[in-house]
Amino acid sequence: MSETSHGAGTGPTQRNAEIGVALLTLLFGLIVVYGSYIVGFGWGADGPQAGFFPFYVGIAICGCSLINLAQGLRENPADLFAEWSQLRQVLKVLVPTTIYCLMVEPLGIYLPSILLIAVFMKWLGKYSWPLTAAIAIGVPAAFYFVFEKWFLIPLPKGPVEALLGL
Amino acid sequence: MFDNFVNLWHGFAVAGDPFNILLMVVGILLGVIIGVLPGLGGANGVAILLPLTFSMSPTSAIILLSCIYWGALFGGAITSVLFNIPGEPWSVATTFDGHPMARQGKAGEALTAAFTSSFVGAFVAILMITLVAPLVAAFALRFGPAEKFAVYFLAFCSFVGMSKEPPAKTIVSMMIGFALAAVGLDMVTGQLRLTFGSEELLNGFDFLIAVIGLFGIGEILLTMEEGLEFRGKSAKIDAKVVLRTWASLPRYWATSIRSCIIGCWMGITPAGATPASFMAYGIAKRVSKNGKNFGNGEIEGVVAPETAAHAAGTSALLPMLALGVPGSPTAAVLLGGLLIWGLQPGPMLFVEQKDFVWGLIASMYLGNVVGLIVVLTTVPLFAAILRIPFSIIAPVILVICAIGAYTVNNNVFDVVMMLVFGVLGYVLKKTNYPLAPLVLAIVLGDSAEEAFRQSLLSSGGSIGIFWSNPLVSTIMGLGLVAALYPMISNLLSRLRSPQPA
Repeated sequence: MSETSHGAGTGPTQRNAEIGVALLTLLFGLIVVYGSYIVGFGWGADGPQAGFFPFYVGIAICGCSLINLAQGLRENPADLFAEWSQLRQVLKVLVPTTIYCLMVEPLGIYLPSILLIAVFMKWLGKYSWPLTAAIAIGVPAAFYFVFEKWFLIPLPKGPVEALLGL
Repeated sequence: MFDNFVNLWHGFAVAGDPFNILLMVVGILLGVIIGVLPGLGGANGVAILLPLTFSMSPTSAIILLSCIYWGALFGGAITSVLFNIPGEPWSVATTFDGHPMARQGKAGEALTAAFTSSFVGAFVAILMITLVAPLVAAFALRFGPAEKFAVYFLAFCSFVGMSKEPPAKTIVSMMIGFALAAVGLDMVTGQLRLTFGSEELLNGFDFLIAVIGLFGIGEILLTMEEGLEFRGKSAKIDAKVVLRTWASLPRYWATSIRSCIIGCWMGITPAGATPASFMAYGIAKRVSKNGKNFGNGEIEGVVAPETAAHAAGTSALLPMLALGVPGSPTAAVLLGGLLIWGLQPGPMLFVEQKDFVWGLIASMYLGNVVGLIVVLTTVPLFAAILRIPFSIIAPVILVICAIGAYTVNNNVFDVVMMLVFGVLGYVLKKTNYPLAPLVLAIVLGDSAEEAFRQSLLSSGGSIGIFWSNPLVSTIMGLGLVAALYPMISNLLSRLRSPQPA
């Protein structure tokens, strides 16, 4: 590891991440068990009830989550899950992508796509405006022709497309 | 047996149709692009393109999609050799010797060796499929629900045993898949389950969305963390290099044969291409007389993993066609495609849809020949794609994933779902939970549950049905051995050499 130049790199530990994931899967398992319990997991008049199979699946998730939890507790607390600087990189992608996915519902796919590509190129790539504009508009336009004109698959559209009469 | 050759001949007539050959070329090119781009791989690439094929005939559609798969298998080698970045997990082992060769200026040789051995591996696997699949299918026609469930059991047990991740993690990942598959309407009782009143969950989770999120978005997040420097070697492949490399390859026939066997075996039992490539590399290193030089650019170290990876990737289609149990995530996506086109994979496919099955098998032969020619001639083009900076390629891939997720069901909610799966994929990958069992469980969940319930129905609820006749007990027993294999081998080695605690 020659990465010591960034001040030895700090961040969440692998141990905490393992424990966190094990707790989450345990919670998920409990939800599955509960959900199966509601619809009935026993033997009905016409065979196994709807919750029969998922009930045991949920039990298996809970059991193995506990094993993973125990394993996680034994992890070396010095190992890092990722450095903060690395997580910041991940968030730089994740946050715009989240906003993008939420914008598809009200605005359709084209306008958010243009914005997403532009934000990436300007903010992370530091490209000039003409190049950014060309790719940000060119790529969604290409998708428009491939999907809507060639394969006749309509993609979600919003008020802006309606205004343009597309 | 003779029947099969007639059928295969007929299949070649179907696959050799000019339109289908064109689809093969398009598929291979798309596949290689998918293989070299980070965030797009065989599984999610096929998942994204699946909706585009709904209007084609099933045979043309599967030819296109399976060729994308071959292309992705070929493409992984390009990034490994030139950039030391495995485009796909199964090409990790190729970087060990492929990239050192490129650094010594022998990129052309390394790529030719990689492509050629890929081709050999795939070809052997297809031969095996041609000969064995009809027999397996004929045998499987006798399977009842208990045997069917036993086959699923065997498939999932091999995951637990073969995976290099801890068994409890593999099981959690798999069971999450089963639970997600169970969400929504229960086909037998018509009841809603695990939806907790949410309307969006009425139809359950679509595995295509899960694949696009887990492998696509998750992969992009991982790539982002690693930093984004692509500093690649350039490659020139001309006829002279190709011929010279081809002339040197027959020397490694023993390695090739060994890798083919490892690959075919690992592909049929759903361990997949990645462990197959590592295993083949490891064994070649131990057995070869150049073994010491492995890691410094030994051509044999490229031949071994590439042959095994392709043999495994191709033979993963055997259990999918003959039994309806896919051997890899990409095979699982193809199986999902078959279901959408209204074809039920499994033994009946060989009886009812002869044209389709043999067309597909014939297209595997042709597709791999076409693939070899295409990749050998177009390497510089794909190396150029890799030089497009990540800050341009990443948002474009994200947009492609979003469009892919939307077009599966024309549902905007799926785009958000995809993102959730993406974050889940990133976290699970970072904490060493394998993703392939999760995907396979989502795909097979309903069929496995149906087989399980039908068997229990016929036995009146007794688990004993799974041990009721020699056939089903054998399969179940094999499953248990496969699942407990690490423990057994661990125990044996500990008995042999007592270690200090």
